[in-house]
Amino acid sequence: MSTTTTEALSATTLLRFATAGSVDDGKSTLVGRLLHDSKSVLSDQLEAVQRVSASRGQDGPDLALLTDGLRAEREQGITIDVAYRYFATPRRRFILADTPGHVQYTRNMVTGASTAELTVILVDARNGVVEQTRRHAAIAALLRVPHVVLAVNKMDLVGYEERVFARIAEEFTAYATELGVPEVTAIPISALAGDNVVEPSANMDWYGGPTVLEHLETVPVSHDLAHCHARLPVQYVIRPQSADHPDYRGYAGQIAAGTFRVGEEVTVLPSGRTTRVAGIDLLGRPVDAAWTTQSVTILLADDIDVSRGDLIVPTKDAPPTTQDVEATVCHVADAPLTVGHRVLLKHGTRTVKAIVKDIPSRLTLDDLSLHPHPGQLVANDIGRVKIRTAEPLPLDSYADSRRTGSFILIDPADGTTLTAGMVGESFAAPEPVKNEADDDGWDF
Amino acid sequence: MTTVAKTEDGTESPYALSHLDALESEAVHIFREVAGEFENPVILFSGGKDSIVMLHLALKAFAPAAVPFALLHVDTGHNFPEVLEYRDRVAAAHGLRLHVASVQEYIDRGVLKERPDGTRNPLQTLPLTEKIQSERFDAVFGGGRRDEEKARAKERVFSLRDEFSQWDPRRQRPELWNLYNGRHAPGEHVRVFPLSNWTELDVWQYIAREGIELPQIYYAHEREVFLRSGMWLTAGEWGGPKDGETVEKRRVRYRTVGDMSCTGAVDSDADTIEKVIAEIAASRLTERGATRADDKMSEAAMEDRKREGYF
Repeated sequence: MSTTTTEALSATTLLRFATAGSVDDGKSTLVGRLLHDSKSVLSDQLEAVQRVSASRGQDGPDLALLTDGLRAEREQGITIDVAYRYFATPRRRFILADTPGHVQYTRNMVTGASTAELTVILVDARNGVVEQTRRHAAIAALLRVPHVVLAVNKMDLVGYEERVFARIAEEFTAYATELGVPEVTAIPISALAGDNVVEPSANMDWYGGPTVLEHLETVPVSHDLAHCHARLPVQYVIRPQSADHPDYRGYAGQIAAGTFRVGEEVTVLPSGRTTRVAGIDLLGRPVDAAWTTQSVTILLADDIDVSRGDLIVPTKDAPPTTQDVEATVCHVADAPLTVGHRVLLKHGTRTVKAIVKDIPSRLTLDDLSLHPHPGQLVANDIGRVKIRTAEPLPLDSYADSRRTGSFILIDPADGTTLTAGMVGESFAAPEPVKNEADDDGWDF
Repeated sequence: MTTVAKTEDGTESPYALSHLDALESEAVHIFREVAGEFENPVILFSGGKDSIVMLHLALKAFAPAAVPFALLHVDTGHNFPEVLEYRDRVAAAHGLRLHVASVQEYIDRGVLKERPDGTRNPLQTLPLTEKIQSERFDAVFGGGRRDEEKARAKERVFSLRDEFSQWDPRRQRPELWNLYNGRHAPGEHVRVFPLSNWTELDVWQYIAREGIELPQIYYAHEREVFLRSGMWLTAGEWGGPKDGETVEKRRVRYRTVGDMSCTGAVDSDADTIEKVIAEIAASRLTERGATRADDKMSEAAMEDRKREGYF
């Protein structure tokens, strides 16, 4: 391989995406085919699958064994946890969050969707849009995954008929659009037969769109993040105190959104002190500007007090700080979340004490109805919460920034990750549920 | 270095990071989170390519300051001399403290027993976990990648281990956005995997891009080897060859570096990094499938060892 090819390979972009589908929608087959047809399954892995399949008396290789990595999963024949898969084409490299489809594993789909820029939702062409499909679409919308792909699978079982596909695509797109999903791409496929997964299908010449892989290769990555409100959560203060760098004091972090430029006037939150960007080091090399999601070190013009947990923002575009957080959350722990629960809240690089003041509603994902005052959220529940924090936090709305609008709740007693939170309004609560508790001292 | 990546609709977006820049930035973020949240972290450093890349990333993450972590090596007693020399030289060059946990010492003391098959990989777990406990390391960086093995595909970036260093795959914390949860009780520690999302090819491309020096055994060279269980093993005092096994000189290289008794070499002419990358891109075998005997022991060999405290 020549150096030119090496450079070409390293100049590809990275797409993180997630899959969602019910148990029998053929998700494993689709994932297996993407891995297999992109030549990401190597012969020793395939041999291992064949060996185990044969020892169990199965006729052919069970491709689900490629993705079910844990003993309990193999014993029960189900997927119990998110797994990450890697494959590449000459155009792009992919990180696939392979998330289980069972209802009780909503938290796993939330986990996978939190870092995904695209979600593939599978439906069975024979069944069309079902409850589970709506649930997957709702989670993709809640997590604000920028691109949604509807893969209408098993087209071979409905005679590759265009009207079957068109009806499902129309129904899904209408539903997803109502939820606020910005972009839906519907693709008719047969994961088993290989139609429109990697190769265009000869059985569906009425379809003129991309195959699944082609779409994954061409969808824009991080297209607008550099133009959002600029945000740098300070992770660590770099102070060499060496002979070469006696006065170096840099604020290290990964830019969560937007672009920072040398000379720009910035404010440090929550203190509110203002200064200018004196320099930006991009992993040891000075640059004039840096943007999301680069890890950088920022040098400030004035010697002001900045530490881990602070947020550096442009002075002209600073978020408000608040101790009262309203958010949509997905509860991910086995023990319930209750009103009065004392928790830790991690937002960016800052962890603060907090208390759950109210749980105004729980969302029923099947029909998106709100159940008022559920009292608690149990594992996999999605609901609205109101949280009071011990210190003010600079919060963006999740709709504006997935990174600075998100947080997790942690159990201070044993460190369990309890809840995934998204700040601000969501599609799920267009009309905030009236809460009597609002009137006794908590001003939201 | 930032490579401007082309978007696929043909227009150039100066803001889209290349995949290597994205992986590098994510790994640096992980190193800095650990530096910010833990008291006493350590980097597992074997002199293998993954740990070398980890150290390189840590150097970049804290530049121009020094890496705020020590290094820890579990020496099986059957390590390649070239790799040990590299390990000591690199630790000294960056002024880093090197902790060594020695399997040989455990065997000499009678705490561990040599296995009939001679492999010492499973024996590493006890010296590793005891060193973690005695030095009170609360975060331990490992070079594990999720593409290596399907049990590892389920591994979190921050992976909590109990006071016995055990991994319980059913009790893992969900990992959301880039909000890593490093909470742990005294006696527990967190294993941290900054290269989780890297593949073998990514590692090699990054080594090429950054011009990182590796021990020479990664490149094709003449070596005395013998065949055992379908793998070319290096002859040596560790116990090979046995009767009926014959040593021959072959042109080989290593895809992974570990215990000499169970790490196989592959036939190769790849004596430059460009040739290595071309060879891996064309290979039909995973690096573990090609070169690791211990993973072939059972369907769940890796999961079982990880549960006990292995990486």
